[in-house]
Amino acid sequence: MDLRYSDEDEAFRAELRAWLAAELAVLAPQPVRDDWDARRRWDTDWQRRLFDAGYAGLSWPKEYGGQDASPSRQLVFLEETTRARAPYVGVNFVGLLHAGPTIVAEGTDEQKAAHLPKILRGEEVWCQGFSEPEAGSDLASLRTRAVRDGDHYVVTGQKIWCSFGQVGDFGELLVRTDPDAPKHQGITWLILPMDLGGIEVRPLKTVLGSSEFVELFLDEVRVPVECRVGEENDGWRVTNVTLSFERGTAFVSELVDATRLVEDLAPYVSDPAQRRELGHVAAELDAVWALTKRNVTQASRGVSGRGAFMIKLAYSEARQKLGELSLRALGRDALVVDGVGEFVEERLRTLALTIAAGTSQIQRNILGERVLGLPKESSR
Amino acid sequence: MNFDLSDDQVALRDGIRALLQGKYPMARVREGFDRSVFEDLAGAGVFSLRDDGFGWTDAAVVYEELGRALVPGPLVWSFGRAVPTAGCCCPAPGAVLVEHLDAIDDLLVLRRDGVWRIGAADLVGAGQDWPLDPLTPVWRVDGLPDGEPVGETDAAGGLWYSGGVLTAAYLVGMADACTTLAVDYAKERRQFERAIGSFQAVKHLCADMAVRAEVARAAVHTAACVLDDPGVGDRERTVSGAKLLANEAAIANGRAATQVFGGMGFTWEVDVHLYLKRAWVLDTVFGSVEHLADAVAGTLPPPAARALASPDRENRG
Ligand SMILES: Cc1cc2nc3c(=O)[nH]c(=O)nc-3n(C[C@H](O)[C@H](O)[C@H](O)COP(=O)(O)OP(=O)(O)OC[C@H]3O[C@@H](n4cnc5c(N)ncnc54)[C@H](O)[C@@H]3O)c2cc1C
Repeated sequence: MDLRYSDEDEAFRAELRAWLAAELAVLAPQPVRDDWDARRRWDTDWQRRLFDAGYAGLSWPKEYGGQDASPSRQLVFLEETTRARAPYVGVNFVGLLHAGPTIVAEGTDEQKAAHLPKILRGEEVWCQGFSEPEAGSDLASLRTRAVRDGDHYVVTGQKIWCSFGQVGDFGELLVRTDPDAPKHQGITWLILPMDLGGIEVRPLKTVLGSSEFVELFLDEVRVPVECRVGEENDGWRVTNVTLSFERGTAFVSELVDATRLVEDLAPYVSDPAQRRELGHVAAELDAVWALTKRNVTQASRGVSGRGAFMIKLAYSEARQKLGELSLRALGRDALVVDGVGEFVEERLRTLALTIAAGTSQIQRNILGERVLGLPKESSR
Repeated sequence: MNFDLSDDQVALRDGIRALLQGKYPMARVREGFDRSVFEDLAGAGVFSLRDDGFGWTDAAVVYEELGRALVPGPLVWSFGRAVPTAGCCCPAPGAVLVEHLDAIDDLLVLRRDGVWRIGAADLVGAGQDWPLDPLTPVWRVDGLPDGEPVGETDAAGGLWYSGGVLTAAYLVGMADACTTLAVDYAKERRQFERAIGSFQAVKHLCADMAVRAEVARAAVHTAACVLDDPGVGDRERTVSGAKLLANEAAIANGRAATQVFGGMGFTWEVDVHLYLKRAWVLDTVFGSVEHLADAVAGTLPPPAARALASPDRENRG
């Protein structure tokens, strides 16, 4: 057990640090929150620069534009991009952090070739169409129907909470292909080209006052059969692959970013009781980052540690404590969202952490049942 | 960079675990600490790990197992010492409570500016009939003699941080043991025609216990890595954070396990109270949760004069 990076990793760090310093010096200012076209351009432009410099898709196969880099390289990348305050993945979130990895794991060669390089180059933006109005935590009860018609699935139904739906080129879509099978056995995972006929996108306004996610209305949308990932009716298994990325690795960069936010907040915290709380939260976030390092090390040796089931739960709660503390520390200065730093906006944004990608209650059920082996509730 | 137990560490962990399971079942643990415990563990090489070329990460692995088994005694103070040794951190002048006075040769006094050794023979104390933790007997000593200086500021720092890491590792083992006790009971105990572990109210208590132990373990291993290789992190930040989280995990898990056991949890017979009581005892050495949170905060940027806010802003609001 040791935390020392190899000389090669340190050399990689030095190069990356220099590259970031140069690039960030000339980076255009971030566009305003509700200008989604500009946001897409800004986020994908950054992704393209990462790609051109050889920093995109560190963990992805070389064959599809990735770097096949060691897990320690990925950790160094996260540490350095956070330290330098480089842009967040933004609209590339779904593509880079769970749709792409799902296609790497489950897609056909054609699907990999068609999507992976474009995601890495920032040419393709993805969104996720899993949740439905009546299927949230109980995702497997989803009803969006897909009927096979020759070489197509004809899809009708409604999706909700679809982040980046207003700028997505493709969506991860879950549909019901066998309504008579038990609920987990009649689901199929499809790639949804968002430019098909019959798709309507309606933005939803979030607590931030802007529209961070949308509703999707699907009316006899004809999705080609070659867009299917995995077998027909085997979509629940593929969904769990997606969720393992979404709940396991997708928010690691946010976690590192939270440790930076602690440092940023510290100058505003002078009350001794609040300083103490800040120290406490800092210790928690440090520890969750340490657990992430452990998880990454284990994954690279083919071990799936129990930490994978815990990181989201622990991180989201620590982050929310930090958010509460930041509001109290700012006092009435917190009455203006963009008054002092990004603290108030962050507090609002991170209200979602214990809900999105599986609520904390659902995470505890999964942990209790799959890791600790406790019995399921009898009604399920 | 490999932040997982090495194969050697897995072997070390399994070896000490097997040894403790054989020698220290709960019935033996409940008999408390005496010189034979010290001699057993010294014989197994526990206290001489550093002299034998092992790192602090290895020692942390071993101390986690001691905590899991709840082996009683001043095991952290005895680390690196040839005789059974207890200790106290920054005692205030006047009366002091000394642990295990009947079974030690030496008492170490740790202050910021140094470490002193007092022979147990030079201490007169009144044994207390009702200690909080039945396995941590205490004596009230009216005023400590000066003792013999055995180290200066550097040694004091070294003892403070290494003691913190070993205590934290021990606490993680305790937190994990409480999780196992609670989970096993939740699978077995039935009410309303089903195992109580199927109720979310119980299941979620157990899930949170598991998370606290795992998160604290990652923190403890980080701190141990920093002791082994100071270049990879800040000692004050990582050791304070680790002891804080480990202590909190052990206390919270002890409480949660008590709840999962219901009425049984309030009995002397079930082991949970022994874990909880020890967790409270260990919060009083090498930094309490509050002290350590302040220490972590001390590693963060200090408060700055604020541009926007003025102190009377609320009043004017
Ligand atoms: C910011 C944000 C972005 C999102 N982005 C996407 C996206 O891009 N694509 C997508 O498909 N979805 C997305 N979601 C949806 C998200 O996955 C769901 O909101 C989440 O799974 C919860 O479902 P729900 O909202 O229907 O809540 P419900 O399932 O109705 O839950 C309501 C409450 O009941 C509790 N509850 C429900 N079932 C149980 C149970 N069995 N045991 C204990 N408690 C229970 C929940 O924990 C919660 O507290 C996003 C959500 C947010 C907040």
